[in-house]
Amino acid sequence: MFDSDIPVYLIILSPIISFLVNSIFIRIFFGTNSKISGLLTIFTISISFLFSLLALYHVNSNGNYEYDSRLWFSYGSFEIGFGILLDQLTAIMLVVVSGVSLLVQIYSIGYMKNDISYVRYYAYMSLFTASMLGLVTSRNLVQLFVFWELVGVTSYLLIGFWMNRPSAAKAAKKAFLMTRFGDFGFLFGIMYLASKNPEWLDIPTLYNAVHLPDFTHTVATIFSIALLAGAVGKSAQFPLHSWLPDAMEGPTSVSALIHSATMVTAGVFLIARIFPIISLSDESQIILSFIGAFTVIFAASMALVSNDIKRVLAYSTVSQLGYMMLALGIGAYGPAIFHLLTHAFFKAALFLGSGSLHHSTGTFNLKYMGGMKKIMPVTYWSMLIGSLSLAGIFPLSGFWSKDEILSSLFNDFSFLSPNSILFFLAIIGVFMTSFYMFRAIFLAFDGEFRGGGTQEKKDLKKKGLVIPETLEDVHKSEAPKVMLIPVLILVFFAIFLGFFVNPVFDIPLISKHWFSNLLFQNVPVFGDNVHHTDFKFLIAIISSIIAIIGIMLAWAIYIKGYVSLPKNSFIINKLKILLDKKYFFDEIYEDKLVNSFLYNRLFKITEVLDLKFLDNINIYLGKFTLKIGQLLSIGQTGYLQFYAGGMILGVIILLCGIVLWNF
Amino acid sequence: MTLDSLLILSAAVFCIGLYGILSKTNIVSTIMSIELMFNGIIIAAVSFSRFTPSALLMNNSFDVSSFALNTALSGHVFGVFIISIAAAESALALALVFVMFNKKSSVDIVDFNELKG
Repeated sequence: MFDSDIPVYLIILSPIISFLVNSIFIRIFFGTNSKISGLLTIFTISISFLFSLLALYHVNSNGNYEYDSRLWFSYGSFEIGFGILLDQLTAIMLVVVSGVSLLVQIYSIGYMKNDISYVRYYAYMSLFTASMLGLVTSRNLVQLFVFWELVGVTSYLLIGFWMNRPSAAKAAKKAFLMTRFGDFGFLFGIMYLASKNPEWLDIPTLYNAVHLPDFTHTVATIFSIALLAGAVGKSAQFPLHSWLPDAMEGPTSVSALIHSATMVTAGVFLIARIFPIISLSDESQIILSFIGAFTVIFAASMALVSNDIKRVLAYSTVSQLGYMMLALGIGAYGPAIFHLLTHAFFKAALFLGSGSLHHSTGTFNLKYMGGMKKIMPVTYWSMLIGSLSLAGIFPLSGFWSKDEILSSLFNDFSFLSPNSILFFLAIIGVFMTSFYMFRAIFLAFDGEFRGGGTQEKKDLKKKGLVIPETLEDVHKSEAPKVMLIPVLILVFFAIFLGFFVNPVFDIPLISKHWFSNLLFQNVPVFGDNVHHTDFKFLIAIISSIIAIIGIMLAWAIYIKGYVSLPKNSFIINKLKILLDKKYFFDEIYEDKLVNSFLYNRLFKITEVLDLKFLDNINIYLGKFTLKIGQLLSIGQTGYLQFYAGGMILGVIILLCGIVLWNF
Repeated sequence: MTLDSLLILSAAVFCIGLYGILSKTNIVSTIMSIELMFNGIIIAAVSFSRFTPSALLMNNSFDVSSFALNTALSGHVFGVFIISIAAAESALALALVFVMFNKKSSVDIVDFNELKG
């Protein structure tokens, strides 16, 4: 069935059809909140999902498929092709993207029910799904870049979905510009590679070229660091992390799909795509792993104090993506992709759960929630399981994937080696993860109800502050079934995906390390050089104990109140302000870098050049022509005789000239 | 009657027309002067064709070919063309004079010197 690439094109084209039909046909003929659009989108994405499952099945049994590359455009001898690359990584990404997308679309039927731009929402979501599916199947780097940008554009459109809110418009712009900053690196990498050999833009050719002598260490280093910049931007790693928390201005279902499960993992996917190249260069591996490890604790530290539950989840996403980057940086390909898979499901479940919380309390602010355990038991249990999975508690899926990353770090462990530092950072990350996640859970679900959106509106009014439009009135209720079922399916995967996809010993139907083995079957990427990460009992015990300590600490502080931070301590207060202001990164970027440095210093030169030089050229050119015109207009007297006399004089002069010439 | 005397007549008529254009401000006089200049040119054209070799042969009762006849008459044909064009031109010019008079109750071109620098 997958002998030709038509089924793969069908996977990509099916959501595009729903995008076109939604945006052209349904919006015009059925109105802007027609419910047909949701059903159509779900139908087309389920087609994609079914074919993705089939693709995974075929790839599992037959190995990777390489289809012919077709000519896209050429410029002299420089040819750019496009085509489908269906390998193990792609098949897994296809299933993750279309599967999570399908569940989120079903959830959105309930979540976006009352929105007037219902059709626009589904049109954007279909376009996003299509471009993400296109991204993971791309065979050529240029083709990949086009889909990469398309994903960025749809992310922009969806963050700014409620475009009448200034904060949403601002967040969308910020996300777009900051990811563009990284994309510049990506584009540079592509151009650099093309300047070396245009054929290498074709990914399978690139995999083969790695063994050639032309492919020097320098080429690999420059190329992989350039692409790393793109991945850092898209996956919101330090120092381009600050757009992701602001991106939470979009609808929660969008955050669940785009800003946790799929789009932000595109950076991880890109690094995994160029894994053979990045493995050639120790420098870029070290940069990658340290960026990842630093982001893990950096983002987690901001999640510790954030009062917005969506922002807590956003920082958590950044932090978990840091784990994946870290794993890829130390060469642990299998664990990274495995963590991507499990993270997509439990994080989507958590986000959708937070959307249900907002549905019921009218706010995302943890300070105004509380006591929702009794009102929303299903959401409570699903978010609790999601958080346990995120914290890495046995036997949920997050435990298995995070444990694999920690175990790979623990290989050839020696005191003060880079790996030991990374391992130490990762372990701190585990502690912080469990602490901030359970802080959020306890604040939202335990204790007394603290008034919700209604109360928050009152408080803001009392202080004379602007009331954000995200605030709605409280109507305490469990979410409707259409919103619960997708969450429960995701929770089901959050429980079972870890063990049953990549079991540590043989179980019926599934062989030991099935998932890792599937990934390592990718011969062009790995050759015979396959190294598995075995389950280490010691690591599992250590990480579990640390995660449980984090949970206990959160429990002791936020439920029992045994431990409380000293109120008036100078250092604690300063630290709180530092974390609350997100290490002043927004201020540094906006005021110092953009305003003071770029706008007022560096681009002052161009401003001066423009005002003093270019403007003056225009002004004097204009004045010059004006003068000439005024001079010539003296001859225009308006008397007919004058013109006639001039004409005759001219003829006489010409005649005299001819006569004299002939003499 | 020689060619020279005819050409002098032609030049004289042309120069009278030219003088009229330069000196008169009445638009009707100007148009009349233009007609005079046309006529001067017609005289020149016809007199040149009168003194072509084929025309001289015809005057002396020689039989000539149709081609020679054409060359002998080309100046006359020009004259007819110029007369008809002059007629069309003066019809148009007089129509303009009517418009000018309707606008400003004057046919003096000095009153129409609005387009100037």
